[in-house]
Amino acid sequence: MEERGMNERIKKLRRVSMETAPHIDLERARIETEVYKKYEGKVSVPVLRALVLKEYFSRKTLYLGDGELIVGEKGNAPQASPTFPELCCHSEEDMHVMNDRELVSFKVTEEDIKNQVGEIIPYWTGRTVREHLLNQMTDEWRAAYEAGMFTEFMEQRGPGHTCGSKKIFEKGYLDYKADIEKALEELDFLNDPEALDKKEELTAMSIDCDALCILGERYHELALEMAAKETDPVRAEELRAIAANCAVVPAHKPQTYWQAIQMYWFTHLGVTTELNPWDAFSPGRLDQHLNPFYEKDTAEGLLDDERAKELLECLWVKFHNQPAPVKVGITLKESATYTDFANINTGGIKPDGSDGVNNVSYLILDCMDEMKLVQPNSNVQISKKTPLKFLKRACEISRKGWGQPAFYNTDEIVQELLNAGKTLEDARLGGSSGCVETGAWGNEAYILTGYLNIPKILELTLFNGYDHYSGKQLGLKLGNAEDFKSYEELFEAFKKQLEHFVNIKIKGNNVIERIYAKEMPAPFLSIVTNDCISKGKDYNAGGARYNTTYIQGVGIGTISDSLAAIKYNVFDKKKFSMRELIDALEKNFEGCEDIYKAVHEESPKYGNDDDYADDIMRSVFELYRDTVTGRPNTKGGEYRIDMLPTTCHVYFGDVMIASPNGRLAHKPVSEGISPEKSADVKGPTAVIKSCAKMDHISTGGTLLNQKFTPSVVAGEAGLDNMAALIRSYFSMDGHHIQFNVIDRQTLIDAQNNPDEYRDLIVRVAGYSDYFRNLSKALQDEIIMRTEQSFE
Amino acid sequence: MCPLITNIQKYSIHDGPGIRTTVFFKGCPLHCLWCHNPETQSFENEIWDVCEGVAREADIDGLMEEILKDRIFYDESGGGVTLSGGEVLAQDGEFLLELLKRLKTEAIPVFIDTCGAVPYERIKPLLVYVRAFLYDLKLMDSEEHRRYTGSGNGVILDNLKRLWEDGAAIYIRVPMIKGLSAQKGNIDKMICFLKDNGIRPEGINLLPYHDTGSGKYQRLGRAYEGESFEAPGSDEMEEYVKQLTAAGFKNVRIGG
Repeated sequence: MEERGMNERIKKLRRVSMETAPHIDLERARIETEVYKKYEGKVSVPVLRALVLKEYFSRKTLYLGDGELIVGEKGNAPQASPTFPELCCHSEEDMHVMNDRELVSFKVTEEDIKNQVGEIIPYWTGRTVREHLLNQMTDEWRAAYEAGMFTEFMEQRGPGHTCGSKKIFEKGYLDYKADIEKALEELDFLNDPEALDKKEELTAMSIDCDALCILGERYHELALEMAAKETDPVRAEELRAIAANCAVVPAHKPQTYWQAIQMYWFTHLGVTTELNPWDAFSPGRLDQHLNPFYEKDTAEGLLDDERAKELLECLWVKFHNQPAPVKVGITLKESATYTDFANINTGGIKPDGSDGVNNVSYLILDCMDEMKLVQPNSNVQISKKTPLKFLKRACEISRKGWGQPAFYNTDEIVQELLNAGKTLEDARLGGSSGCVETGAWGNEAYILTGYLNIPKILELTLFNGYDHYSGKQLGLKLGNAEDFKSYEELFEAFKKQLEHFVNIKIKGNNVIERIYAKEMPAPFLSIVTNDCISKGKDYNAGGARYNTTYIQGVGIGTISDSLAAIKYNVFDKKKFSMRELIDALEKNFEGCEDIYKAVHEESPKYGNDDDYADDIMRSVFELYRDTVTGRPNTKGGEYRIDMLPTTCHVYFGDVMIASPNGRLAHKPVSEGISPEKSADVKGPTAVIKSCAKMDHISTGGTLLNQKFTPSVVAGEAGLDNMAALIRSYFSMDGHHIQFNVIDRQTLIDAQNNPDEYRDLIVRVAGYSDYFRNLSKALQDEIIMRTEQSFE
Repeated sequence: MCPLITNIQKYSIHDGPGIRTTVFFKGCPLHCLWCHNPETQSFENEIWDVCEGVAREADIDGLMEEILKDRIFYDESGGGVTLSGGEVLAQDGEFLLELLKRLKTEAIPVFIDTCGAVPYERIKPLLVYVRAFLYDLKLMDSEEHRRYTGSGNGVILDNLKRLWEDGAAIYIRVPMIKGLSAQKGNIDKMICFLKDNGIRPEGINLLPYHDTGSGKYQRLGRAYEGESFEAPGSDEMEEYVKQLTAAGFKNVRIGG
């Protein structure tokens, strides 16, 4: 394993993190079960949730590893994964599967299974959100879900997708507690019909403040105890410093750079232990939040850049120590990774609109470069005002080939947020997190709810609503493909089917949002999310200042090329009839070489700066956007769209027969907004032009992968051109771009000899992962992504 | 006569600064034995079996439309268009002048990649429209030049002198073939020629020979006579960089 730049401490911590196998940790589940048995029915739901966190933080096994400077783990040790039986209670079989499966496995001991079977399963069976949620879903929803028309994020994990704000670094939890007490005092039981609900929610938040303070106190005491026993005087001094830090944070606001990082980490543990929200939690503009502490400590001689970077690297190890909670079933298929999607944002702009890059930004880039970890995910936010020096340093790391940092367009994101009704200041404070999704950090609950399989909706349109995969009539009966006498008639039918499935998804979402609002409030996350305290309302119930619900569209490349192939061959050129095409699809193009050649090689394709195909892409994109955007959710907010896939494009392809663009049955659909594999033959500028024809500003985020061979980005000129390519895409309002700089042969070698490429990291979708941890289908898909090479 | 075009290469990053579009014209007065684009030697259309297919006739509107698609990348990167070949300066003069005027109107900087083996009268009227020339120097001995390229180098050297006198920006490009162009004597003569004439190029690019074009000969039904050619080793290449740099030339680089 390559180790560069890090000092001995960091190398050691990183090794522990890398070499420890992810394992199940039932301590949280067992304590939670006790608390539920003791208090359920006696206290309100929010208070019950807060008592779980408080009891767990009061009793949990503490871990303080040798050499650590930042302390705290979600579970009992690095790579421990606490379970959340209140959401999804794993069966005995699940426990065996997660232990035995080849990819994304978690070690489970016999004792774990005994505890799960003896204590956890008996209590939680019938009580989990997963069961409540699935019981509430209609047959129509269930059939569409099982057929892979869409996925459901909240089936096993809590709503999340949010980032922290500056507030985390400016307040202690005793300060929040004072705010909460004040809000409690101001409740108006005379006139406010929701006063009681607010009281319970605020009481829960107050208990959660105590919970985090208790965790801090316990680490303070542990560090002192360890210092007393420590024989190495240097380490003993460090432990005393850790103890001193934990006497300040999280109860009080941080005073130093070191404490500021520790403060974030305690908060991160609070959010991700309370529930297991998607995208864990992220600090927002970490460089801007840390910079005042960095400047002050540096001026006072307490900190130099080496130390500042070392502390960041300790934080990086902490992120890496937390595997995403165990997933099973369809949720595992759509998101097969240990990565928990925490995403560090660097660069961007300040609330006043000026350039946000500072010294800490460069230290974060150095840290990213040296650590080379899949978690935390890291990105840079690039605005018109971002210095070329910063962009080029980011390109320099990106071209090393492992997909980080990703590049986000700050100016475009601000416009997205303004378009979604945020104030200018809140828009400038916002950005993209998780994969690529946009939100007003610290002020918004922006919840991804699931992927929509857009190419499959076309498939059903061509078969009168019938689904080959499930053998069921899932869609509307609008006629057989050959009944459509024009492209416009076909598109009209597609439009109706799309609406049909979006409606099913949203009906389901409306129920699920209410289940979370009532059964699974997140009072801790509500403390740090603006307006929840002043409204006395939970994050999951609309307490945040803004509340957006996202549905992520998948497969725009596949559907655009499919519609283009139909329009071009069947209607324009009349090369073959719709009947012949449909037959070819059902035969997976076997024995239909002429049709295959026509659709696969001789039809216009999205990704070549060809308006014929790109106009079709726009028409599908706009239809999808207009079908979803602006619909009300249950939290006083609106629906919007994202265009991102995680690993879902593999799953969505698997549930489909062949597509009219020549994509064969069960092969992945296109990912993000990238063109279909091998469809783009005119180089990266043409891809970028095609992608920019989509109106990114009207979305909540889009994802574009580019794969280069190393020679294309070699040398100073290669770096300049890479930066220019990014600037060009961003000046056309592209949202995000990320790079895999690796040649095809290396990937093929890595597939055949995984042991020799244990540290090979590639960009998957909005995140990077170890190549060896990907399924064969996903590896193949990445190998096949068009490689841009110009010799 | 309407020129033929074999390829329009986007995101071209080795033929001048920034992100460029390179247009390859068909037809060249030289026939270098090491040529890696043999399909661009003949001015006539020939059937040959590669993915680019048969060359097409250039139409200025179509060409401009294709070029303008990537305008934003030229603007951001300081790139532009490179006209190459084959030999662009051996194409129809009116066509070229019209194309260059249109590019100038669109504020797109143009580089011309040339072997220099054309009458200077063809070059002179284009000068105001060209940002810089990528000017090939191969073998300094005229007889040797004739043996390997089919033509002596008198016109080429003379044109280079006149281009410099007329104020053109010039990048010298040298295909480096071990023991042939890549030998100290040849490079010495190159240095002498440039110095004697006071020519100070913007840069000198030493392009190591590669045989990626050899397969094309077969598809064109021709024999490849360059089997014995090879690129100098990297140490040797570095020596030439040093030699040229020591002689006072700036921006001496290996590769385009």
